[in-house]
Amino acid sequence: MSADVVRASFWLMCCGFLSAAAGVFSPAPRIARALTAAGGIIGGAAAVWLSALVLAGPFGFRLEIPQVLAAAGGLAFHLDRLGAIFLAVIGAVTVPVSIYGFGYAAAYDGRYSARWIALQTGVFLLSMCLVVCAASVLTFVLAWELMAVTSWLLVITEHDRPDTVRGGLWYLAMTHMSLAALLAAFFLLGRHGTTAWTFDALRAGARSLPPGTRNAVFILALIGFGSKAGLIPVHVWLPRAHPAAPSHVSALMSAVMVKLGVYGLLRVGLDLLGGGPAWWGVVLVAAGASTALTGVLYALVDDDLKRLLAYSTIENVGLITLGAGAGFLFLSLAQPAAAAVAFSAALLHVVNHAAFKGALFLGAGSVLHATGVRDINRLGGLVKRAPWTAATFLVGSLSIAALPPFNGFASEWLLFQSFLPGVASSRASIAVLLTLGVGALALSGGLAAATFVKAFGISFLAMPRSAEAADAHEAGWAMRTGMAILALACPVLAVLTVPVLSAISGALAGVGGLPAASTTFSLGVVLETPQALGRVSPVAIMAVLAAVSAGVWLAIRLVSRGRRRVDDTWGCGRIGQTSRMEYTSTAFAEPLRRIFGELYRPTDDLTVTVQPGSPYHIRAITFRTQLHPWFERGVYDPLVRATHAAASRVRALQSGSINAYLAYIVLVLVVLLGMVIGF
Amino acid sequence: MFDTAGIAVEAGQALLALALAPALAGFIRWMKARMQNRRGAPFWQPYAELRKLFRKDMVVSRHASWIFHLAPFVIFGSTVVVSLLVPVLVTPLPFNAVADLFAVVYLLLLATVFLALAGLDTGSAFGGMGSSREMTIAAISEPAIALAILSLALAAGSTNLGEIAARTIARPSSAISPGHVLAFVALFIVMLAETGRLPVDNPSTHLELTMIHEAMILEYSGPYLALVEWASWLKLLVFLTLAGNLFVPWGLATSLAPSALAVAFLSTVLKLVVLAAAVAVLETRVAKLRLFRVPELLAVSFVLGLLAVASSFSVR
Repeated sequence: MSADVVRASFWLMCCGFLSAAAGVFSPAPRIARALTAAGGIIGGAAAVWLSALVLAGPFGFRLEIPQVLAAAGGLAFHLDRLGAIFLAVIGAVTVPVSIYGFGYAAAYDGRYSARWIALQTGVFLLSMCLVVCAASVLTFVLAWELMAVTSWLLVITEHDRPDTVRGGLWYLAMTHMSLAALLAAFFLLGRHGTTAWTFDALRAGARSLPPGTRNAVFILALIGFGSKAGLIPVHVWLPRAHPAAPSHVSALMSAVMVKLGVYGLLRVGLDLLGGGPAWWGVVLVAAGASTALTGVLYALVDDDLKRLLAYSTIENVGLITLGAGAGFLFLSLAQPAAAAVAFSAALLHVVNHAAFKGALFLGAGSVLHATGVRDINRLGGLVKRAPWTAATFLVGSLSIAALPPFNGFASEWLLFQSFLPGVASSRASIAVLLTLGVGALALSGGLAAATFVKAFGISFLAMPRSAEAADAHEAGWAMRTGMAILALACPVLAVLTVPVLSAISGALAGVGGLPAASTTFSLGVVLETPQALGRVSPVAIMAVLAAVSAGVWLAIRLVSRGRRRVDDTWGCGRIGQTSRMEYTSTAFAEPLRRIFGELYRPTDDLTVTVQPGSPYHIRAITFRTQLHPWFERGVYDPLVRATHAAASRVRALQSGSINAYLAYIVLVLVVLLGMVIGF
Repeated sequence: MFDTAGIAVEAGQALLALALAPALAGFIRWMKARMQNRRGAPFWQPYAELRKLFRKDMVVSRHASWIFHLAPFVIFGSTVVVSLLVPVLVTPLPFNAVADLFAVVYLLLLATVFLALAGLDTGSAFGGMGSSREMTIAAISEPAIALAILSLALAAGSTNLGEIAARTIARPSSAISPGHVLAFVALFIVMLAETGRLPVDNPSTHLELTMIHEAMILEYSGPYLALVEWASWLKLLVFLTLAGNLFVPWGLATSLAPSALAVAFLSTVLKLVVLAAAVAVLETRVAKLRLFRVPELLAVSFVLGLLAVASSFSVR
């Protein structure tokens, strides 16, 4: 019976997403939006259900459709537990985002085609789910490319803005670079003797591959999947494309899609290749640490609310990679138990990040919806005009800053703990590397706290800094519902850390070289690492914190006899307070920007105009500052220039004369025939 | 696990910490005054301040939101939770099972974040300035704290506070190992930064442009100010207790016997007096650093932490 139920929920998931895509045939935009939302909710719920069945049941889900694309070997699906964790994340984020999208996309009615958005969203959601279900190279690559193309189309929804189109172009270029790397990786992986391109065959064949090929596969997979995940230096598309997309799509991309890069890395590196030499782990730890730090440092100084969130996604992918890298390292050092803890920490952060980054992007979307402004320097005071949005953003901010009692704390704590056995028991060089990893983890945690104090404090608190912010309004019911679900998920996941973690460790058991028995983390409500290196209980902290704070509040209410008077903010005797006197986002980040000035290398431009009579009476001061990451300039500008140069060379072929084109065709034909005869 | 006596002692320990915190702050002020040839207020002055503030009316800015009203309770609450986790008198206690050093650090960061948000909430330029600086210092002191914790955890095989103290009691020689001493210095520097002492922040400044902590709480008055100030004194006490009871854990009671508790009380007070005296001497001898020199100080702390970790490899 169970196998049938599993199969039925797979088809229900597909049908849900396809009915979302069927919005393309709807007569009115409102119906198209409703179909997208309903299809997304059904498909997402079915995806969660399917992954729950796979995680709970003894067997995975298998399906082969050899008839489709028979010449290339047909399609094959296999959802194992590792995939099920990711599928659960996709489904669980899809449901609230779909509800939210119904309200958010209403602003697009009449401007952009709701029918095309429906088609793209439905196919995008389906392709993400199929990526984690794929069991053969053909299926995987098809789903992957479908996901890339549909998400690109969604990114350029607002195609009348030059920024959007430029961001979309970056995305298109980088995602196809990544596809090329992945194809090369898969071809190398299957080169030796396999005729069937299923993952099972590749896994069996990967053991006998020469080390050089294995290393090449790993590096190519790291570039390909790392670009999708947002690892430095192949992250450049992410801060450009994520903010450009409609906010609910940004939420999907940041909370879910980038994680599929992590999935791919684990699938190929851990599952198919079964781990490798120690330097794989070293490379991943180094890449993760530098990604986390660079990501959070650029998030800190960014004044665009959505781009700040995109950079913070890069940071969190860095943290996840840091955990995965430690896992690979421990695996190569024959410490599989420690490796299992590190991989579990990475996956726990995948789950938790999906919740709070989803909430934050939806919150940012509501801000954009209410004000039309993304510049933090022009926001402010929204906590009074949009309390739901503010509460969502606050919960997301506290969670992402890894503060107890929210879920980010649990995964960051486990990441710290997972490094300890490595520092304690390995070679000195590796111990120093991991120690620096701990330092990077801590610094990025601290900087994330500063970043999100800025993002929440400047955008939502104090007085509005522009007319748009002063006229802001709260989001509608659909948007509020979507936000509330994801915001609530943060404390709920913190409470459920132990069950989530046991599902994750069950999913990892036996994958690659990890121990077959799943790691136990639980001690009732207490989270404990296997060697009892540390114990923490988010639940107990939450309960005691709430009890103490409420108790003190009550005591103050009962004891204090003082009255409460409302008055102006103190201003050294000056009367009247305007928003010009408030701290801005740029000002808030200024100290850290100076401290890390060598990394930013900003171009500042300060002009002071004085009165004609006296140089001491200033008429106006203009300050303009620009931050263009210098390493991007260093790496990508020459590349872009070379591409342009090559393209203009090739343009010489485009003479516009039909005769020349016919000659090309003949020439190519002759060469091809020659090749066919020759071989 | 849930024994009543243990929980009663746990609560008593937290109340004791709360009760001692104002005296600690008052003692440092008094000692500083004496060293600067002033007479100084008696050490119980902070109690009188608290009493006065709790009775006073409150003025709240018209631009403040619910964050401003929530923050004092979160700040106070999270600092009290930290004092429940820290071994002030006895180890192990029921809550000690989850007394993780990282949890302590992140709970204190929660208080810092809410204080910074409250500073921004009223729209005052001073509040924003204080918040920005406070978050800057909090962010760059995190890695130094993490490495100090790491070196302690490596020596003890755990990040649990009770176990760190217990291991040191069991192996007295480890208290003078280079890793231990370096980690102590690293943590002491971070403590100065985190609790807003000189040379990072001047707790007795009245010049707005140099304020950090004071700038953030400028808009608070009455009971709210009392809570925030009390929490900051408690934070100082927690840090000094950590420094005393993790690095020199002798005197901590390991049972609930009254005589052991009395010894623990006396030894904890003695350690606090010694450390507070050290802080007072330091504060009369050094000048406040420029804000942009603070990263150098914290980098020193980070390097000390790194050396502490590295030395634990070499002695292993």
